[in-house]
Amino acid sequence: MGALLEVRDLTVSYRTNEGPVPALRGVDLTVEAGEVLGVAGESGCGKSTLASTVLRLQPKDATVGGEVLVNGSDVLTLGWGDLRALRWAEASIVFQGALHSLNPVRRIRDQIAEPILVHDPGTSDDEVERRVGELLEQVGLPRARSRAYPHQLSGGQRQRVMIAMALACRPKLVVADEPTTALDVMVQAQILDLLGGLVRDLDLGMVLISHDLSVLSEVCDRVVVMYAGRVVELGAAAEVFDDPLHPYAQALTGAFPRIGDPRARYAPAGLAGDPPDLRTLPDGCSFAPRCPKAVDACRTAEPPLVTPPGAAPGRRAACIRAGEPA
Amino acid sequence: MSATLVAAGGSTPTLRRPSYAKYVGGRVLGALGSLAFVLVVNFFLFRVLPGDPARTLGRGRFRTEEQLEAFRATYGLDQPLPQQFLTFLKNTLTGDLGVSLRYRVPVSELILDRLWPTLLLVGTSTLLATIIGIYLGMVSAWNRGKTVDRVWTGSTLTLYSMPEWWLGLLLIATLAVGFGPVPGMFPTGGLHSVDADPGTFGYVLDTAWHLALPVTTLTLAYLADYALIMRSSLLDEIGEDYLVTARAKGLRDLQVRRRHAVPNALLPTTTLVAINLGFVVSGAITIETIFSIPGLGLLATEALSIPDYWVLQGVFLVASAAVILANLLANLLYGLLDPRVRT
Repeated sequence: MGALLEVRDLTVSYRTNEGPVPALRGVDLTVEAGEVLGVAGESGCGKSTLASTVLRLQPKDATVGGEVLVNGSDVLTLGWGDLRALRWAEASIVFQGALHSLNPVRRIRDQIAEPILVHDPGTSDDEVERRVGELLEQVGLPRARSRAYPHQLSGGQRQRVMIAMALACRPKLVVADEPTTALDVMVQAQILDLLGGLVRDLDLGMVLISHDLSVLSEVCDRVVVMYAGRVVELGAAAEVFDDPLHPYAQALTGAFPRIGDPRARYAPAGLAGDPPDLRTLPDGCSFAPRCPKAVDACRTAEPPLVTPPGAAPGRRAACIRAGEPA
Repeated sequence: MSATLVAAGGSTPTLRRPSYAKYVGGRVLGALGSLAFVLVVNFFLFRVLPGDPARTLGRGRFRTEEQLEAFRATYGLDQPLPQQFLTFLKNTLTGDLGVSLRYRVPVSELILDRLWPTLLLVGTSTLLATIIGIYLGMVSAWNRGKTVDRVWTGSTLTLYSMPEWWLGLLLIATLAVGFGPVPGMFPTGGLHSVDADPGTFGYVLDTAWHLALPVTTLTLAYLADYALIMRSSLLDEIGEDYLVTARAKGLRDLQVRRRHAVPNALLPTTTLVAINLGFVVSGAITIETIFSIPGLGLLATEALSIPDYWVLQGVFLVASAAVILANLLANLLYGLLDPRVRT
């Protein structure tokens, strides 16, 4: 039995009028059952593109290469019938922005029941009703809410509905794409708690995507940090958060002030420069133009993702200066 | 943290049910208000017109002051204006719209008589235009930018910019009169042949044959509205995130369209259809005129030239009432289809 999700050398580029724009440039990752893999990075680094390829939902103008194995079958080459059978039943997605991802004019009951009936058309009405009630209770909403329309729910409740919907067909893998964006801090914590609990109780594999490393460090087992469509750092969540190896990961952790760390509180570090323009990536390391530690060697070849000298096994970074004494 | 989790989910003390009854009540009251306003305007609009009805309607036949007084007394014009208004209100509410000066029959009878040709003509055209228009709009949106889309959107825009009476005249000049070796295939006007026998199947066919050209004209003229609205609202929906959700759930593309995209895109179209239904009654004055269809539009045109105040007043009232009713219908339908507008 292989991994729940195995992404191998995934490349995605979007066709535009100004030529192809790469969104993912050779991404590898795996998720096992019961494991939460965090994906961190700033806007435009390819996080959401990664989420959409897991169910082959990328836009029509995307060119995709590599392999995305969900439970062993390659989503990218599967026939349409098999792909539809796999969608939601084996892997589901909690989409970003629950307000727009729910149909505004249908009751949430019908929206949660829809995938159940699509994948198991013989399900009786009573069975569907029971299952919807169960799912709502599982995400902490009262059964009576099943008659509500999306606009009658708060942002946090809508996100819970999205999660209940994602669990409708008992998938083994759930991809949560920025599930807590646009929620206030308290609700954000509740949703993360809920997701963590579900992974434990249902032995799910989960990919949790966020731009907020502190969110990921709380829930995830392992974390990958992405920059300009590549994985630049990979490792156990706590290690990456406490001791980032890649300068970009360091900037990312430094951007969030940490409780109990007066230095970070008084000086939350920013990162100079703009996010990379994917159409005109430099030779060598794509982070080099913004990197405080860049040397000439950084600008000649893109550094491979390897375990730096002295780092814990299982940790990797795509930086030739990682592991050097600070 | 798990304590707050439970509290957040359970904190729904009273579920605010969207009360459709309350929504309906509000809309019906609004419609009644509009109707009352129309009644008042309907009365005073014709009273503030310059001129003396007794002199205009008498057309110089009344020579003496006594004759004028007698005429005014017959029509209640000697009463003070507030008294006249109350009488008008009472009469209108009891269905008495007065008597036509030209036809010497009650206006209500006249209107009922002229209502059917208009309903048949404009109703059929609206129905056809709605169905064809929505279908074309859907096909264009699904095939955005492709040849099908360009052809349909181009043709509907062309039809949209054509004056309907010009299109009607064009059809008369070609298909009714005939051109070159092609003989005329349709009548140039009217609703029935003179020798048609009412109540027979032949009579129905004869009516359909007479209505073919005017209905085609109006359908082509109305079509573009629906096709363009449907196309643009469907294109709006196609970009929406919940369609990605639907695809992710494992729905076929056809199911995604039929269950999610089309019902949402139909919302603006429904409003347009319902509102246009109101204008079915007031008719297509130009088309009724050029095809000589004895409908309400033609009645109003004739009444204006006389001028037959009581007929104008009646047609005005019925047409306004139809528009108000159609608006009410649009509101109620929208409330039924879109839960968001109820609250």
